Amino acid sequence: MSVNKQKYKKYVEKSAKKSPIVKNCVKAFLVGGLICAIGQALMQLYMYLDISEEVSKALVSVSLIFITALLTGFGIFDNIAKHAGAGTLVPITGFANSVVSPALDNKSEGWIMGLGAKIFIIAGPVILYGTTASVIYGVIYYLCKVLL
Amino acid sequence: MIIKLKSAPTITTSSCVGGKEERRGPLGDKLDFYDESDKFDCDTWEKSESEMQRRAFNHLLSKRKLQISDIDVLIAGDLINQCTSSSYGLLSFDIPYIGIFGACSTAALGLGLCGILCDGGYTKNAAIVTSSHFCSAERQFRFPLEYGSQRPPTAQHTATAAGAFLIEKEGKGAHIDEVMFGITVDAGISDANNMGAAMAPAAVDTLLKYFRESGTGLEDYDLIVTGDLGYEGHRIVTEMMHTLGYDMSGVYNDCGLMLYDRQKQDMHAGASGCGCSAFAMAASVLPDIVSGKYKNVLFLGSGALLSQASVLQGENIPGVVHLVKLSHREG
Repeated sequence: MSVNKQKYKKYVEKSAKKSPIVKNCVKAFLVGGLICAIGQALMQLYMYLDISEEVSKALVSVSLIFITALLTGFGIFDNIAKHAGAGTLVPITGFANSVVSPALDNKSEGWIMGLGAKIFIIAGPVILYGTTASVIYGVIYYLCKVLL
Repeated sequence: MIIKLKSAPTITTSSCVGGKEERRGPLGDKLDFYDESDKFDCDTWEKSESEMQRRAFNHLLSKRKLQISDIDVLIAGDLINQCTSSSYGLLSFDIPYIGIFGACSTAALGLGLCGILCDGGYTKNAAIVTSSHFCSAERQFRFPLEYGSQRPPTAQHTATAAGAFLIEKEGKGAHIDEVMFGITVDAGISDANNMGAAMAPAAVDTLLKYFRESGTGLEDYDLIVTGDLGYEGHRIVTEMMHTLGYDMSGVYNDCGLMLYDRQKQDMHAGASGCGCSAFAMAASVLPDIVSGKYKNVLFLGSGALLSQASVLQGENIPGVVHLVKLSHREG
Protein backbone atom coordinates (compact mmCIF):
# COMPACT_ATOMS: atom_id res chain seq x y z
CA MET A 1 0.00 0.00 0.00
CA SER A 2 1.33 3.43 -0.84
CA VAL A 3 1.09 5.79 2.10
CA ASN A 4 1.88 9.46 1.72
CA LYS A 5 4.45 9.47 4.52
CA GLN A 6 4.55 13.23 5.06
CA LYS A 7 0.80 13.51 5.09
CA TYR A 8 0.37 10.52 7.36
CA LYS A 9 3.03 11.73 9.80
CA LYS A 10 1.33 15.12 10.01
CA TYR A 11 -2.05 13.49 10.57
CA VAL A 12 -0.63 11.23 13.30
CA GLU A 13 1.13 14.08 15.07
CA LYS A 14 -1.93 16.28 14.88
CA SER A 15 -4.44 13.69 16.03
CA ALA A 16 -2.34 11.86 18.67
CA LYS A 17 -3.28 12.32 22.29
CA LYS A 18 -0.97 14.97 23.73
CA SER A 19 0.84 14.97 27.05
CA PRO A 20 -0.92 17.25 29.57
CA ILE A 21 1.79 19.93 29.49
CA VAL A 22 0.26 22.37 31.99
CA LYS A 23 -0.47 19.63 34.53
CA ASN A 24 3.02 18.18 34.03
CA CYS A 25 4.64 21.61 34.46
CA VAL A 26 2.75 22.27 37.71
CA LYS A 27 3.71 18.86 39.10
CA ALA A 28 7.36 19.34 38.03
CA PHE A 29 7.39 22.80 39.61
CA LEU A 30 5.99 21.55 42.92
CA VAL A 31 8.17 18.41 43.20
CA GLY A 32 11.31 20.19 41.94
CA GLY A 33 10.64 22.98 44.44
CA LEU A 34 10.10 20.48 47.23
CA ILE A 35 13.43 18.77 46.49
CA CYS A 36 15.19 22.14 46.58
CA ALA A 37 13.43 22.99 49.85
CA ILE A 38 14.59 19.67 51.30
CA GLY A 39 18.12 20.54 50.15
CA GLN A 40 17.89 23.92 51.84
CA ALA A 41 16.53 22.36 55.04
CA LEU A 42 19.45 19.90 55.06
CA MET A 43 21.82 22.82 54.54
CA GLN A 44 20.36 24.62 57.58
CA LEU A 45 20.56 21.42 59.59
CA TYR A 46 24.25 20.82 58.80
CA MET A 47 25.10 24.46 59.49
CA TYR A 48 23.19 24.18 62.78
CA LEU A 49 25.40 21.19 63.61
CA ASP A 50 28.41 23.50 63.31
CA ILE A 51 29.61 22.15 59.98
CA SER A 52 31.32 24.73 57.75
CA GLU A 53 29.28 26.15 54.87
CA GLU A 54 31.51 24.59 52.23
CA VAL A 55 31.34 21.10 53.71
CA SER A 56 27.57 21.50 54.31
CA LYS A 57 27.04 22.23 50.60
CA ALA A 58 28.83 19.03 49.64
CA LEU A 59 26.90 17.11 52.30
CA VAL A 60 23.57 18.32 50.89
CA SER A 61 24.48 16.90 47.45
CA VAL A 62 25.70 13.66 48.98
CA SER A 63 22.52 13.34 51.06
CA LEU A 64 20.22 13.88 48.08
CA ILE A 65 22.21 11.40 45.99
CA PHE A 66 22.03 8.86 48.82
CA ILE A 67 18.27 9.28 49.26
CA THR A 68 17.71 8.96 45.49
CA ALA A 69 19.89 5.87 45.23
CA LEU A 70 17.99 4.30 48.11
CA LEU A 71 14.57 5.14 46.62
CA THR A 72 15.73 3.85 43.21
CA GLY A 73 16.86 0.59 44.79
CA PHE A 74 13.52 0.16 46.54
CA GLY A 75 11.71 0.78 43.25
CA ILE A 76 10.03 3.95 44.51
CA PHE A 77 11.87 6.66 42.58
CA ASP A 78 10.50 5.84 39.12
CA ASN A 79 6.97 5.97 40.49
CA ILE A 80 7.59 9.52 41.75
CA ALA A 81 9.44 10.52 38.56
CA LYS A 82 6.64 9.41 36.25
CA HIS A 83 4.51 12.15 37.81
CA ALA A 84 7.23 14.69 38.59
CA GLY A 85 9.05 14.57 35.23
CA ALA A 86 11.60 17.40 35.08
CA GLY A 87 10.92 18.01 38.79
CA THR A 88 13.00 14.97 39.69
CA LEU A 89 15.12 14.90 36.52
CA VAL A 90 16.73 18.35 36.72
CA PRO A 91 17.99 18.38 40.34
CA ILE A 92 20.89 16.11 41.31
CA THR A 93 18.28 13.40 42.00
CA GLY A 94 17.85 12.82 38.26
CA PHE A 95 21.57 12.33 37.79
CA ALA A 96 21.79 9.91 40.71
CA ASN A 97 18.85 7.88 39.40
CA SER A 98 20.34 7.74 35.91
CA VAL A 99 23.49 6.12 37.32
CA VAL A 100 21.90 3.79 39.87
CA SER A 101 19.15 2.42 37.62
CA PRO A 102 21.42 1.01 34.86
CA ALA A 103 23.75 -0.34 37.54
CA LEU A 104 20.86 -2.30 39.05
CA ASP A 105 19.51 -3.34 35.69
CA ASN A 106 22.72 -4.65 34.16
CA LYS A 107 23.98 -6.58 37.17
CA SER A 108 22.62 -9.71 35.50
CA GLU A 109 25.31 -9.46 32.79
CA GLY A 110 28.09 -9.48 35.39
CA TRP A 111 30.19 -6.93 37.31
CA ILE A 112 32.49 -6.03 34.41
CA MET A 113 30.57 -6.24 31.12
CA GLY A 114 27.22 -5.63 32.78
CA LEU A 115 27.30 -3.19 35.66
CA GLY A 116 30.78 -1.80 34.92
CA ALA A 117 30.26 -1.20 31.22
CA LYS A 118 26.67 0.01 31.38
CA ILE A 119 26.56 2.12 34.55
CA PHE A 120 27.03 5.40 32.64
CA ILE A 121 24.85 4.49 29.68
CA ILE A 122 22.45 7.36 30.46
CA ALA A 123 24.67 9.67 32.52
CA GLY A 124 27.67 9.19 30.18
CA PRO A 125 26.70 11.91 27.68
CA VAL A 126 26.09 14.35 30.55
CA ILE A 127 29.50 13.62 32.01
CA LEU A 128 31.28 13.78 28.63
CA TYR A 129 29.71 16.94 27.31
CA GLY A 130 29.48 18.54 30.74
CA THR A 131 33.21 18.11 31.26
CA THR A 132 34.02 19.28 27.72
CA ALA A 133 31.79 22.32 28.11
CA SER A 134 33.43 23.24 31.40
CA VAL A 135 36.90 23.01 29.82
CA ILE A 136 35.82 25.27 26.96
CA TYR A 137 34.23 27.65 29.43
CA GLY A 138 37.47 27.66 31.45
CA VAL A 139 39.57 28.55 28.41
CA ILE A 140 37.21 31.39 27.45
CA TYR A 141 37.18 32.64 31.02
CA TYR A 142 41.00 32.55 31.12
CA LEU A 143 41.35 34.37 27.80
CA CYS A 144 38.89 37.05 28.89
CA LYS A 145 40.83 37.56 32.09
CA VAL A 146 44.18 37.85 30.25
CA LEU A 147 42.92 40.07 27.43
CA LEU A 148 40.59 42.37 29.37
CA MET B 1 -2.70 -13.62 -1.39
CA ILE B 2 -5.25 -15.64 0.57
CA ILE B 3 -4.14 -19.14 1.47
CA LYS B 4 -7.26 -21.27 1.80
CA LEU B 5 -6.95 -24.16 4.24
CA LYS B 6 -9.34 -26.70 2.78
CA SER B 7 -9.47 -28.96 5.84
CA ALA B 8 -9.80 -25.94 8.17
CA PRO B 9 -7.48 -27.19 10.93
CA THR B 10 -8.62 -26.57 14.49
CA ILE B 11 -7.10 -24.67 17.38
CA THR B 12 -8.12 -27.32 19.89
CA THR B 13 -6.34 -26.04 22.96
CA SER B 14 -4.86 -22.79 24.19
CA SER B 15 -3.21 -21.66 27.39
CA CYS B 16 -1.88 -18.42 28.81
CA VAL B 17 0.25 -17.24 31.69
CA GLY B 18 0.80 -13.66 32.82
CA GLY B 19 2.17 -11.25 35.35
CA LYS B 20 0.80 -8.95 38.00
CA GLU B 21 -0.74 -6.24 35.82
CA GLU B 22 -2.25 -8.82 33.48
CA ARG B 23 -3.82 -10.55 36.48
CA ARG B 24 -5.29 -7.20 37.64
CA GLY B 25 -6.75 -6.55 34.18
CA PRO B 26 -10.19 -7.53 32.87
CA LEU B 27 -8.96 -10.92 31.57
CA GLY B 28 -6.94 -11.70 34.70
CA ASP B 29 -9.08 -14.57 35.95
CA LYS B 30 -8.66 -16.41 32.63
CA LEU B 31 -4.93 -16.93 33.15
CA ASP B 32 -3.83 -20.53 33.62
CA PHE B 33 -0.99 -19.31 35.79
CA TYR B 34 0.20 -15.95 37.05
CA ASP B 35 3.00 -14.63 39.19
CA GLU B 36 2.48 -11.47 41.24
CA SER B 37 6.23 -10.78 41.22
CA ASP B 38 6.55 -11.16 37.41
CA LYS B 39 9.69 -13.20 38.14
CA PHE B 40 8.37 -16.74 37.74
CA ASP B 41 11.01 -17.94 40.22
CA CYS B 42 13.92 -16.81 38.02
CA ASP B 43 16.83 -14.48 38.76
CA THR B 44 16.92 -12.57 35.45
CA TRP B 45 14.04 -11.09 33.45
CA GLU B 46 15.10 -12.96 30.33
CA LYS B 47 14.87 -16.24 32.19
CA SER B 48 11.49 -15.17 33.59
CA GLU B 49 10.19 -14.73 30.07
CA SER B 50 11.55 -18.13 29.02
CA GLU B 51 9.92 -19.68 32.07
CA MET B 52 6.56 -18.18 31.06
CA GLN B 53 6.83 -19.95 27.71
CA ARG B 54 7.77 -23.22 29.35
CA ARG B 55 4.81 -23.01 31.72
CA ALA B 56 2.39 -21.96 28.99
CA PHE B 57 3.39 -24.95 26.88
CA ASN B 58 3.25 -27.30 29.87
CA HIS B 59 -0.31 -26.12 30.58
CA LEU B 60 -1.17 -26.71 26.92
CA LEU B 61 0.07 -30.31 27.09
CA SER B 62 -1.70 -31.10 30.35
CA LYS B 63 -4.97 -29.48 29.21
CA ARG B 64 -5.02 -31.65 26.09
CA LYS B 65 -3.63 -34.63 28.05
CA LEU B 66 -0.80 -35.11 25.57
CA GLN B 67 2.82 -36.18 25.96
CA ILE B 68 5.78 -34.28 24.56
CA SER B 69 6.26 -37.00 21.95
CA ASP B 70 2.71 -36.45 20.67
CA ILE B 71 3.56 -33.00 19.29
CA ASP B 72 4.94 -33.00 15.74
CA VAL B 73 6.36 -29.50 15.57
CA LEU B 74 6.81 -26.53 17.86
CA ILE B 75 6.89 -23.00 16.46
CA ALA B 76 7.83 -20.15 18.76
CA GLY B 77 8.95 -16.54 18.76
CA ASP B 78 9.38 -13.48 20.97
CA LEU B 79 10.88 -9.98 21.01
CA ILE B 80 14.21 -10.61 22.66
CA ASN B 81 17.33 -10.64 20.45
CA GLN B 82 17.59 -13.84 18.41
CA CYS B 83 14.36 -15.10 20.05
CA THR B 84 16.22 -16.54 23.02
CA SER B 85 13.13 -16.44 25.27
CA SER B 86 11.63 -19.07 22.99
CA SER B 87 14.67 -21.24 22.36
CA TYR B 88 15.72 -21.30 26.03
CA GLY B 89 12.20 -21.59 27.36
CA LEU B 90 11.34 -24.57 25.17
CA LEU B 91 14.77 -26.20 25.37
CA SER B 92 13.57 -28.96 27.67
CA PHE B 93 10.99 -30.24 25.15
CA ASP B 94 12.34 -32.69 22.62
CA ILE B 95 10.13 -31.52 19.77
CA PRO B 96 11.30 -30.26 16.35
CA TYR B 97 11.58 -26.52 16.91
CA ILE B 98 11.13 -23.61 14.51
CA GLY B 99 11.98 -20.14 15.80
CA ILE B 100 10.14 -17.33 14.02
CA PHE B 101 10.28 -13.57 14.27
CA GLY B 102 7.22 -11.51 13.48
CA ALA B 103 7.60 -9.05 16.34
CA CYS B 104 4.19 -8.69 18.00
CA SER B 105 2.47 -10.42 15.07
CA THR B 106 4.08 -13.73 16.10
CA ALA B 107 0.85 -15.28 17.41
CA ALA B 108 -0.99 -14.69 14.12
CA LEU B 109 2.03 -15.64 12.01
CA GLY B 110 2.50 -18.84 14.03
CA LEU B 111 -1.19 -19.79 13.92
CA GLY B 112 -1.09 -19.33 10.15
CA LEU B 113 2.03 -21.46 9.73
CA CYS B 114 0.71 -24.19 12.02
CA GLY B 115 -2.56 -24.19 10.09
CA ILE B 116 -0.72 -24.59 6.77
CA LEU B 117 1.42 -27.44 8.13
CA CYS B 118 -1.64 -29.33 9.37
CA ASP B 119 -3.80 -28.57 6.35
CA GLY B 120 -1.09 -29.73 3.96
CA GLY B 121 -0.97 -33.02 5.81
CA TYR B 122 2.67 -32.54 6.70
CA THR B 123 1.98 -32.81 10.42
CA LYS B 124 -1.00 -34.11 12.40
CA ASN B 125 -0.58 -31.26 14.84
CA ALA B 126 1.58 -28.20 15.48
CA ALA B 127 1.99 -25.88 18.45
CA ILE B 128 2.80 -22.19 18.57
CA VAL B 129 4.17 -20.52 21.71
CA THR B 130 4.96 -16.84 22.08
CA SER B 131 5.70 -14.40 24.87
CA SER B 132 6.72 -10.93 25.90
CA HIS B 133 7.83 -9.61 29.26
CA PHE B 134 7.60 -5.95 30.23
CA CYS B 135 10.94 -6.02 32.06
CA SER B 136 13.04 -7.81 29.43
CA ALA B 137 11.52 -5.64 26.67
CA GLU B 138 12.14 -2.40 28.60
CA ARG B 139 15.74 -3.43 29.14
CA GLN B 140 16.29 -4.20 25.48
CA PHE B 141 14.33 -1.44 23.79
CA ARG B 142 14.05 1.46 26.23
CA PHE B 143 15.46 2.49 29.58
CA PRO B 144 16.54 0.62 32.72
CA LEU B 145 13.51 -0.45 34.74
CA GLU B 146 14.07 1.88 37.67
CA TYR B 147 14.95 4.90 35.52
CA GLY B 148 12.52 7.71 36.26
CA SER B 149 10.98 8.92 33.02
CA GLN B 150 7.63 10.09 31.72
CA ARG B 151 5.90 8.24 28.90
CA PRO B 152 3.72 10.05 26.40
CA PRO B 153 0.02 9.07 26.19
CA THR B 154 0.67 7.30 22.88
CA ALA B 155 3.15 4.83 24.44
CA GLN B 156 2.10 1.24 25.00
CA HIS B 157 2.95 -1.16 27.80
CA THR B 158 4.63 -4.42 26.81
CA ALA B 159 2.44 -7.19 28.22
CA THR B 160 4.02 -9.71 30.57
CA ALA B 161 2.29 -12.73 29.12
CA ALA B 162 2.81 -15.92 27.17
CA GLY B 163 0.34 -17.90 25.13
CA ALA B 164 0.44 -21.39 23.65
CA PHE B 165 -1.88 -22.87 21.04
CA LEU B 166 -2.27 -26.37 19.70
CA ILE B 167 -3.47 -26.74 16.12
CA GLU B 168 -4.71 -30.12 15.00
CA LYS B 169 -5.89 -31.47 11.69
CA GLU B 170 -9.16 -32.51 13.26
CA GLY B 171 -10.89 -31.76 16.52
CA LYS B 172 -13.19 -29.40 18.31
CA GLY B 173 -12.38 -25.74 18.61
CA ALA B 174 -11.91 -22.63 16.50
CA HIS B 175 -11.19 -23.44 12.86
CA ILE B 176 -8.54 -21.73 10.77
CA ASP B 177 -10.18 -21.24 7.37
CA GLU B 178 -7.80 -18.86 5.68
CA VAL B 179 -4.45 -17.21 6.18
CA MET B 180 -3.12 -14.08 4.54
CA PHE B 181 0.42 -12.94 5.20
CA GLY B 182 0.82 -9.18 5.04
CA ILE B 183 3.45 -7.02 3.38
CA THR B 184 5.77 -4.73 5.34
CA VAL B 185 4.55 -1.15 5.25
CA ASP B 186 6.74 1.86 6.03
CA ALA B 187 4.32 4.64 6.88
CA GLY B 188 7.04 7.13 7.78
CA ILE B 189 6.67 6.90 11.57
CA SER B 190 9.93 6.78 13.53
CA ASP B 191 8.54 7.43 17.02
CA ALA B 192 8.95 4.25 19.09
CA ASN B 193 6.47 5.74 21.55
CA ASN B 194 3.72 5.56 18.97
CA MET B 195 3.93 2.09 17.48
CA GLY B 196 0.18 1.93 17.02
CA ALA B 197 0.49 4.65 14.39
CA ALA B 198 3.45 2.86 12.78
CA MET B 199 1.47 -0.38 12.37
CA ALA B 200 -2.03 0.93 11.59
CA PRO B 201 -1.47 1.42 7.82
CA ALA B 202 -0.21 -2.17 7.54
CA ALA B 203 -3.42 -3.37 9.23
CA VAL B 204 -5.57 -1.36 6.83
CA ASP B 205 -3.53 -2.67 3.89
CA THR B 206 -3.93 -6.34 4.84
CA LEU B 207 -7.62 -5.94 5.70
CA LEU B 208 -8.47 -4.16 2.43
CA LYS B 209 -6.57 -6.71 0.35
CA TYR B 210 -8.38 -9.50 2.16
CA PHE B 211 -11.80 -7.92 1.59
CA ARG B 212 -11.01 -7.36 -2.09
CA GLU B 213 -9.73 -10.87 -2.74
CA SER B 214 -12.30 -12.75 -0.66
CA GLY B 215 -15.20 -10.64 -1.85
CA THR B 216 -16.39 -10.23 1.72
CA GLY B 217 -17.02 -7.14 3.80
CA LEU B 218 -17.48 -6.01 7.37
CA GLU B 219 -21.00 -7.45 7.52
CA ASP B 220 -19.60 -10.97 7.09
CA TYR B 221 -17.74 -10.91 10.40
CA ASP B 222 -18.78 -10.81 14.05
CA LEU B 223 -15.41 -9.55 15.14
CA ILE B 224 -12.31 -8.07 13.55
CA VAL B 225 -9.52 -7.98 16.08
CA THR B 226 -6.04 -6.50 15.64
CA GLY B 227 -3.04 -7.60 17.69
CA ASP B 228 -1.60 -4.65 19.55
CA LEU B 229 -2.38 -1.35 17.85
CA GLY B 230 -3.50 0.12 21.16
CA TYR B 231 -5.68 3.19 21.52
CA GLU B 232 -3.84 5.23 18.87
CA GLY B 233 -3.64 2.49 16.27
CA HIS B 234 -7.24 1.44 16.85
CA ARG B 235 -8.39 5.02 16.36
CA ILE B 236 -6.29 5.47 13.21
CA VAL B 237 -7.54 2.21 11.64
CA THR B 238 -11.13 3.20 12.45
CA GLU B 239 -10.63 6.64 10.89
CA MET B 240 -8.75 5.37 7.82
CA MET B 241 -11.39 2.72 7.16
CA HIS B 242 -14.12 5.32 7.70
CA THR B 243 -12.68 7.54 4.95
CA LEU B 244 -12.74 4.47 2.69
CA GLY B 245 -16.42 3.92 3.43
CA TYR B 246 -16.20 1.21 6.11
CA ASP B 247 -17.90 1.77 9.46
CA MET B 248 -15.87 -0.31 11.90
CA SER B 249 -17.86 0.58 15.02
CA GLY B 250 -19.26 -2.42 16.85
CA VAL B 251 -17.26 -5.01 14.93
CA TYR B 252 -13.68 -3.89 15.55
CA ASN B 253 -11.56 -4.40 18.67
CA ASP B 254 -7.86 -4.53 19.48
CA CYS B 255 -6.13 -6.96 21.84
CA GLY B 256 -4.07 -4.06 23.21
CA LEU B 257 -7.29 -2.55 24.55
CA MET B 258 -8.51 -5.77 26.15
CA LEU B 259 -5.72 -6.53 28.63
CA TYR B 260 -5.84 -3.61 31.04
CA ASP B 261 -8.10 -1.03 32.54
CA ARG B 262 -6.10 1.75 30.90
CA GLN B 263 -7.15 4.50 33.31
CA LYS B 264 -6.95 2.56 36.58
CA GLN B 265 -3.75 0.74 35.69
CA ASP B 266 -2.12 3.82 34.08
CA MET B 267 -1.43 1.98 30.82
CA HIS B 268 -1.46 4.94 28.43
CA ALA B 269 -2.38 3.62 24.95
CA GLY B 270 -2.80 0.00 26.10
CA ALA B 271 -0.85 -3.22 25.79
CA SER B 272 1.66 -4.41 23.20
CA GLY B 273 4.10 -7.26 22.71
CA CYS B 274 3.87 -10.82 21.42
CA GLY B 275 2.17 -11.86 24.65
CA CYS B 276 -0.57 -9.26 24.21
CA SER B 277 -2.46 -10.83 21.32
CA ALA B 278 -1.55 -14.38 22.42
CA PHE B 279 -3.09 -13.78 25.85
CA ALA B 280 -6.17 -11.98 24.52
CA MET B 281 -6.81 -14.69 21.92
CA ALA B 282 -6.34 -17.56 24.39
CA ALA B 283 -8.29 -15.90 27.19
CA SER B 284 -11.13 -14.23 25.35
CA VAL B 285 -11.48 -14.46 21.56
CA LEU B 286 -10.94 -18.21 21.02
CA PRO B 287 -13.29 -19.28 23.88
CA ASP B 288 -15.94 -16.97 22.41
CA ILE B 289 -15.53 -18.60 18.99
CA VAL B 290 -15.78 -22.06 20.52
CA SER B 291 -18.92 -21.09 22.45
CA GLY B 292 -20.48 -19.78 19.26
CA LYS B 293 -20.69 -16.16 20.39
CA TYR B 294 -18.62 -15.32 17.33
CA LYS B 295 -19.12 -17.30 14.13
CA ASN B 296 -16.56 -15.58 11.90
CA VAL B 297 -13.56 -13.68 13.16
CA LEU B 298 -10.64 -11.97 11.45
CA PHE B 299 -7.53 -11.90 13.62
CA LEU B 300 -4.92 -9.46 12.36
CA GLY B 301 -1.63 -9.84 14.23
CA SER B 302 0.36 -6.63 14.05
CA GLY B 303 4.12 -6.32 14.33
CA ALA B 304 6.39 -3.29 14.53
CA LEU B 305 9.70 -4.28 12.98
CA LEU B 306 12.15 -2.17 14.93
CA SER B 307 15.36 -2.73 16.84
CA GLN B 308 17.11 -0.53 19.35
CA ALA B 309 19.74 0.34 16.73
CA SER B 310 17.20 1.19 14.03
CA VAL B 311 15.40 3.56 16.42
CA LEU B 312 18.62 5.27 17.51
CA GLN B 313 19.66 5.65 13.87
CA GLY B 314 16.38 7.43 13.18
CA GLU B 315 15.00 4.80 10.81
CA ASN B 316 11.26 4.59 10.24
CA ILE B 317 9.40 1.73 11.89
CA PRO B 318 7.88 -0.64 9.30
CA GLY B 319 4.77 -2.53 10.30
CA VAL B 320 3.57 -5.95 9.18
CA VAL B 321 0.11 -7.42 9.72
CA HIS B 322 -0.79 -11.06 9.16
CA LEU B 323 -4.41 -12.15 8.93
CA VAL B 324 -5.96 -15.38 10.15
CA LYS B 325 -9.63 -16.09 9.48
CA LEU B 326 -11.20 -18.11 12.26
CA SER B 327 -14.64 -19.63 12.41
CA HIS B 328 -17.06 -21.51 14.63
CA ARG B 329 -18.57 -24.72 13.32
CA GLU B 330 -21.43 -26.65 14.77
CA GLY B 331 -21.07 -30.28 15.68
